[in-house]
Formats: sequence, structure tokens, C-alpha cells
Amino acid sequence: MLGRRSLFLLLPLFAGLAAVIGWPLLQTVWLSFTDAQLGDATGNFVGLANYAHAFRSHGFRHALGVTITFSLSTVAIEMVLGLLVGLLLDLPLRGRGILRAILIIPWALPTVINAMAWRVIYNPDFGALNALLTQTHIIGAYRSWLGDPGLALASIAGADIWKTFPFVALVTLAGLQNVPRELKEAAYIDGAGPWMRFKTVILPAIATPLMIAAVLRIIDTIKVFDIIWVMTRGGPANATKSLSIMVYEQAFSFGNAGYGAAIALLSVAISVVLIGGYMRATRAQTASA
Amino acid sequence: MTQYRSKKRFFLACASLLALQIGLAEAASANTVLHGLFMSQAGYSEADVRAMTAAYVKMHPDVTVDLEFVPYESLHDKILLSKGSANGYDVVLYDVIWPAEFATKHILQDVSDRITPDMKSGIEPGAWTTVTYKDREYGLPWLLDSKFLYYNKAILAKAGITAVPTTWPEVIADSKIIKDKGILQYPIAWSWSQAEALICDYAVLLNAYGGQFVDSAGAPAFQTGGGLDALTFMVDSLKSGVSNPHSTEYLEEDVRRVFSAGQAAFALNWSYMWALANNNPKESKIVGQVGVEPAPGVPGKSTISSVNGAMGLGIPTASKNAAAAWDYITYLTSQKVEDAYTADAIPMWKSSFEEPALMNGPLGPMAKAMETTQTQLFPRPFVPNYPQFSAALQTNIQQSLLGKAEPAAALKAAADTITGD
Repeated sequence: MLGRRSLFLLLPLFAGLAAVIGWPLLQTVWLSFTDAQLGDATGNFVGLANYAHAFRSHGFRHALGVTITFSLSTVAIEMVLGLLVGLLLDLPLRGRGILRAILIIPWALPTVINAMAWRVIYNPDFGALNALLTQTHIIGAYRSWLGDPGLALASIAGADIWKTFPFVALVTLAGLQNVPRELKEAAYIDGAGPWMRFKTVILPAIATPLMIAAVLRIIDTIKVFDIIWVMTRGGPANATKSLSIMVYEQAFSFGNAGYGAAIALLSVAISVVLIGGYMRATRAQTASA
Repeated sequence: MTQYRSKKRFFLACASLLALQIGLAEAASANTVLHGLFMSQAGYSEADVRAMTAAYVKMHPDVTVDLEFVPYESLHDKILLSKGSANGYDVVLYDVIWPAEFATKHILQDVSDRITPDMKSGIEPGAWTTVTYKDREYGLPWLLDSKFLYYNKAILAKAGITAVPTTWPEVIADSKIIKDKGILQYPIAWSWSQAEALICDYAVLLNAYGGQFVDSAGAPAFQTGGGLDALTFMVDSLKSGVSNPHSTEYLEEDVRRVFSAGQAAFALNWSYMWALANNNPKESKIVGQVGVEPAPGVPGKSTISSVNGAMGLGIPTASKNAAAAWDYITYLTSQKVEDAYTADAIPMWKSSFEEPALMNGPLGPMAKAMETTQTQLFPRPFVPNYPQFSAALQTNIQQSLLGKAEPAAALKAAADTITGD
């Protein structure tokens, strides 16, 4: 009886979710099977043609490569850096509170502001990075960080890592609060070294929150759009064109709503596969630990 | 009794307020509200458009104009998306490259029948290409523009160059002198980022080398002849070190900043750079040192070169206030208004070029360069799939500029992408 009543009370929420998420999702799925153009909703049913076109297209494969490279590299570095900084800030340091507060600043910045700030830092003529690296004789001349296809994606990844590693650090810190002090002390008294203490006492406590952080970051980076759009708009020579930039270009600039929807759904599918794989691997690791 | 009176007064006051509110609502509903979409970079500034609009509204108290300003990069997509919007725009600013697409997709109203003979004869012919597709007009031209060759007089003098180059090979030769004398490492700045800016620079050079974007059947024709010569020129200028290699990251604003900082001897840019680089000490370190000329030609092929960068004002098909929108557009584009706002844009009316205040004033050199150029504004192709056309060219031209493909191969790849091969 209570179950039915709860379900009844949850109905408005389900209706809201169905209207806000379910209906647009179904529409997107339907669009992906049509050749609909933007502003002309009545497209013809074309079956899987948009998906087949995507897999045949060099542009899609390239954007997929860019997206996966960006996602894996930024998430991996953010996880390691965030974990190390989180562990560091858990130590009884002087001014720890201030350091923790400063850590939040990059994370709190809107992505567009962060991207614009880094564009200024990377500026090929007046940028701080060029000034720093030439004055310390690390490079000989000013470089075009966002204009060189070999550097542009790494430069954007750098800006993204700077903004989001604090998120992982904060998650690590939160997880560390759950480790009982007695357990740490017992491990220490039993003669466990730093690595053993980390592996057997600390890691199991923070593994789950870290997994959640990684999953969230993978979702974010697979759909990356704003930071790239502000910094390079997908250039130079498409070197930073991610799947989301491609979706935007196809659906909104070229008006190919059907094809754009198909690429958008493919990028969601990639997210699901990567997240599933990561969760399985982490569960197996946690179980064996 | 007193309590009763005060209650009565309270109810009367409420009723009066309600009546006033209903009256105001009715008055408001009698107003026409126009939604306008404009650009917040280059051409007329946001402040200019707001001032022009305020003056218009003052003369038309029954009209309210809501203005929205977006960067150029968002303008096309906003106009396209507004087609499906219930509360879309009544007036939109649009670029010369979009009428074909907007006409075929029924995004803009055909206003050919509203255009008067005075408008036809008074506005420069080059400006009309901005709004025309298949002999029908989809708005009124507003901004007349092209890219021009800017030069730093002090740097040229320091290098001992006495005559301003009038051909592109001369620009390269003078740049080599400047480079060899150690005055500047990279004398020329271009906007060769992966954006429409790159296509505009390429269009100027393609025009100079006598090339064409498409043939009479609308098929790509840039991959041979003048189109290939233009890209080869661009690549060679990077290889020889006279063009700034950072150009592959620059938009027009980056070119302006580099040139205004005295870090370039030559730059190709729109007319808006003149006032900022030569006349505005807050924006420029080279005030009074700037020269401007029509973009040069190539011996045996052209005397000057250009790209049509004009913009027009149109009425979306979904607008329910077409008559009021047209009235507002005719005001903004009128010679009286354009002549009053010459600080940021050169007027498009023929007789404006006879005004001594313009030709001999602070904008004189720019106006003279425009007067010469506007007779032969070179258009980018009028194809309905222009965004795809441009994107394919941008990517492949950049491949070549970045040394990843030979010019001929890059342009062939662009042509193949456009034709779907």
C-alpha cells in the first residue's frame, strides 16, 4: 500500500523527467534515423544511413580520435594529480585551510572564463607562458600554442586539467575523512610502510568516491565543447575538433539535424562503453584488494 | 465608522491601481515590439546601434525595439535557429555569404517589392550583392566593407622604402627588406585561423590572382589557376619567413593588436581597423603612423583586390511585424544615419563619398581606399551550402599553411569534400 502511495507521489517527478529528458531523447533518436534539416522538422526516414555515413566518414573517425585522446589523457592526469594533491592537503600542514580554499578557485571558475584566461596565457605574441618559457630559456622563441596542430590539443588539455584536478583533490579529501584514525595508527604500529598503508588502508576508503569522480569526468570530457569552442573552435586544421564540435557544426552550422543527432548519440554510446569498462575494472580491483 | 472609511479608501485605491494596470497593459499591447539581432564586433559598435535605435524610438513612440548583440561567430546559427522559435526576430543583421542559404531555406523575407528606385540608384552597386540572390532582394545593405592593405609608415621609412607597394609581389619584396634589416622578424600579419577570416584573406588573394571560387555551373574552381596561385603565395610567404607564422591562430582582432603594437609592417584587415589603429591612442601604439590602401593586385592579372565583406539587414519570414521592421531598417540604413556614424563604418551611399567632412576628415584615407575598392567588391560564392563550402576550404587551406599538404593537394581535397567525392 505504502509502495503504491510512494509511486503515486513520485508520478509528478517521473512526468517531469519524461517531459524534460525522455521526450527530447526520443526525438533525438528519431531524428538520427531521418535526413531532417534544421528548421525543417519533416525529414525522410533513412534508417541507419546516418550512422553508416558517420562510420565511413574520415571526419567522424578523426573527431572520435580527438575526443578519446582528450578524454583519456585529461582524466588520467587529473586523477593522479588530484589524488596526490588531496593526499598532500590531508597532511597536518600549516595554512592547510587556506590552501584548501585556494584549491577550489579554478574549479569554481566558469569554463568559458577559464578558456578565455588560458587563451590570453597562451597568446603567441603577448602571452605569459611564452614570456616565462623564453625568459627561463626553456624555449628559444615565442610559439603559437593554439595555432600548431601538434600542440593545440595538449594546450587545451592543460587548461582543462588546471580547472578540474581540484575537483578530484576535493573528492579525495572527502574520502580521506572516512578513514578512521585508529586504523591508520594500527597499520603504522604494525610496521606497514607508506605504500602498504596507502594500498590497504587509504585506497579502499577512497576508491568509490574516486570512481565516481572518474565517471563524472569521463562523461564531461567525452562531451567536451565549451573550452575547445572558446580556445580554437576545432582548429587548427581540425586538430581539436571533438565529437561535440562536430555535432554543433553538422546540426547548427550546416543544418544537418539528422546526421548531427546520429553523431550525438554515438558520442553518448562511447561514454557508456568507457564508463562501463572503467566501473568493471575498478570493481574487480576493489574486490581483489 | 472611521475604520469603514479607511477600508473603503483602501478598496478604491486597489480598484484604481487595477484599472491603471489594465490601461497600461492595453497601451503596451498597442505598441509594436521589434526584436533585433545585431553583432557586437566590427562595423557599427553596440553603442552606435543603441544610439541609432534610441533616436528611432523617440520618433516612433508606439514602437519598442529589443536589441540583442552576439559575436559574429554566433550570428548565422542564431538566425537559422530562430526559424523554429515562437518569439523570433523581426530584424536580423546578416553577412554577404548567407543570402543564398537564407533564401532557399525561406529564412528571410523577399523584400524586392519594398525597395524604392531612390534606394537602388543611391546605394553603391557593390553593396547590393550583399542582399541579392537570383535577382531578388532579401533585405537592405547596411555595412560596406572589404579587406584593405594597412602599412606602418614609420617601419617603411626606417627600411628606406619610399613607395607604398601596389602589387602583392612588391609587398613580399618590401617585407624581405624589412626582415633582412632586422627591423621586424615577421613583417606581415594575416587572420589565417580556422574561421571565415581565413576565407576572406584567401578571397582577396584569389581575386588578385584572377581566380574564381566556383565555375558557371557552381562547381568548385579554386583548385586550379588563380585559386591555386593564391594558396601557393600564402604558403611561400610563410616559408620565406615574411608572414607571421602565428597568423594560423589569428582572427582579425589579433591582427589588429599585433599591427597596433608596431609588430607588423603590413596587415590585411577590414575598414574598422583604421580608426582604432591610426586614431585611437588607447588602442594603438602607432597612432598617426598608419597608411591604408586598397588591397594590391598582381601584375598582368589585377590592379587591386578585394573581398565583399558587406552586411545587410533583413526580416525573418516568421516576423509578424514586417512593416514596422522594414520602417526601422530603412531608418538604420538611411544616408542621414550612416553619415552621422562614420567613426566605425564607411557609408554605402554614393553621394556620401562627395562629403568633404568624410573625405578630408580623420577617416579620409580609409574612405578614399573604400571609394576605389567598392566599385569591384569580390564576392565569396553564392552557394546555398556556403557553411560546408567554407568549412572544407578552411580545413584544407590550413593543412597546407601548416605544412601538412601541398597547395594543389589541399585544394583538391577541399573541392572533393564539397562535391562529395
